[in-house]
Amino acid sequence: MTTATAAPDERLASTSTISRLLTRPEMGAAVAAIAVMIFFSLNSDRFLTMAGAGVWLESASTFGIMAVAVSLLMIGGEFDLSAGVMTGFTALVVGILTTNYGLNIWAAVLVALVLALAIGAINGYMVMRTGLPSFIITLGTFFILQGIDLAVTKLIIGQVTIQGMRDVPFYDSIQPLFGASFTIAGGTFYVSVLWWLAVTAIATWVLLRTKAGNWIFAVGGAQQSARQVGVPVLRTKIGLFMTTAAAGWLVGMISLFRTSTVQANTGVGQEFIYIICAVVGGCLLTGGYGSAIGAALGALIYGMTFQGITFAQWDTNWLRTFLGAMLLAAVLLNSWVRTRAETSR
Amino acid sequence: MSNETPKHQTTVHEPAAPGTPIIEVVEIGKRYGSIIALSDVTTTVKAGEVTCVLGDNGAGKSTFIKILAGAHAHTDGELRIDGKATTFSNPREALEAGIATVYQDLAVVPLMPVWRNFFLGSEPSKGFGPFRHMDVDFMKRTTKAELAAMGIDLRDVDQPIGTLSGGERQCVAIARAVYFGARVLILDEPTAALGVKQSGVVLKYIAKARERGLGVVFITHNPHHAYPVGDRFMLLRRGRSMGDFPKSEMTLDELTSMMAGGAELESLAHELERSMGSDSPVAQEMTSEVEA
Repeated sequence: MTTATAAPDERLASTSTISRLLTRPEMGAAVAAIAVMIFFSLNSDRFLTMAGAGVWLESASTFGIMAVAVSLLMIGGEFDLSAGVMTGFTALVVGILTTNYGLNIWAAVLVALVLALAIGAINGYMVMRTGLPSFIITLGTFFILQGIDLAVTKLIIGQVTIQGMRDVPFYDSIQPLFGASFTIAGGTFYVSVLWWLAVTAIATWVLLRTKAGNWIFAVGGAQQSARQVGVPVLRTKIGLFMTTAAAGWLVGMISLFRTSTVQANTGVGQEFIYIICAVVGGCLLTGGYGSAIGAALGALIYGMTFQGITFAQWDTNWLRTFLGAMLLAAVLLNSWVRTRAETSR
Repeated sequence: MSNETPKHQTTVHEPAAPGTPIIEVVEIGKRYGSIIALSDVTTTVKAGEVTCVLGDNGAGKSTFIKILAGAHAHTDGELRIDGKATTFSNPREALEAGIATVYQDLAVVPLMPVWRNFFLGSEPSKGFGPFRHMDVDFMKRTTKAELAAMGIDLRDVDQPIGTLSGGERQCVAIARAVYFGARVLILDEPTAALGVKQSGVVLKYIAKARERGLGVVFITHNPHHAYPVGDRFMLLRRGRSMGDFPKSEMTLDELTSMMAGGAELESLAHELERSMGSDSPVAQEMTSEVEA
């Protein structure tokens, strides 16, 4: 057998660093993020200050956590439309258990996590057992949870908003974990930004450096082939749905402890924004390709645009138009990148 | 092979001396209820030799593969592995005996880099607890070295496997099977979907695998692909063996005419002569081919 040479292959010199970078899935999002940042800093004086950055980073962080989890799921070839409503569901569970039943707040937070993981596992199990598209299965869970959120909340507490969270015993012991903020040079930064960075870093490490990451790419890219070479397909997919649900729980806790209240319709409609962020970040809708960093950048673009439009004092309805245009541009770019990746370089 | 890092292999088999029989198939047969899918098939697979299994569609080739690969158990005759009569009850048992099957779809994920595909499902890891991760350097280095040993010199193991040609992908699948401990490779119609040039590439790799001391079972319907690399030819026809010949007893023309079914071809020529007249060019060509 021959020994692998340590010296770089001379034929590699022909590929420049730039063209190598261009083949990375998150490249489009990185360029777009810089463009959006420049655009809004030209249109608003407050945008590129510490105070401004604190506002748009906070906005991006919760979407970022979800977008990263959703991107892993999409790389694994599945969707989760119940991801948005999950953020409201977990917060409501904690709110009702503590304010109405007097359960210890730490215990309530754990109960919410267990429930979220169970719903994620059920989502995954149903998708795998039925062989139906996850789009349909999770659309079902989405509507079930949305109904439960509203009906059960009204049934138990007689209204649709949780109140009195601050009076719950030990509230102050858990609040900083999810809702703390600190001031740096006049800007207010929330701890959710750190959660976002941590989630992105862990997801990237798992995807690129672990067995599980290899399996995620494989089950999304060619499920049958993955099964033939011994990848545990069922376990990988259920794990992905549970990860997305756990991210929904984390974001639910963040929004609950930052505002100390939650409404029964929280999170509804946001599931598509997560998917848009993931696609803008380079995820293919067909699975098998994408990046967690890209999804985080997608969320950053969303946060900057959302707050940038407010800073520039434009009509905030333009946000939707902008998102749709970004999505279309990203899909076109991604399909071009995919064609390049699949055919010879 | 690089030596510092331990080789993360599942099964390691002692390489058999060239010419040692690894698989002996004796009058083997397979019945599904009252349907006889395969009967009376006898052949040998030796280390460092290529056994070609030839047959037209429906001749029983896939039944034969499934018996060797452990997907179906045989119902008649004897399957001897290293001289011991064996019945495989699942594909894993065949794999543990060192018999690896490379199916036509190759079981690769097109968008994933070559090195990730090479180790997919059996990734070597290092580190402890939550920091356990893939040994990426080792994986890339090994992929490059193993492919080089098969005669494929890849520019970059980081490129998606979908960017390789059909022949090269076939070779990655073969190299992967060899690396994970195969002594016998079963190749299911590896040249069927390929053009002339790519088929040549795959034949070269089959010869390479033989040189490395592996036994190869090469399934094909093309005698022109089988003859140059084969050491032994077993012909199947309607679920029966038409014989098992070493290369010394067989010429390419004989092989081709047996494959096409000499007698049937002759009657077809007569029929054409009758319906089209003996001077029609088609009939003349047919007759001359049968006579040749």
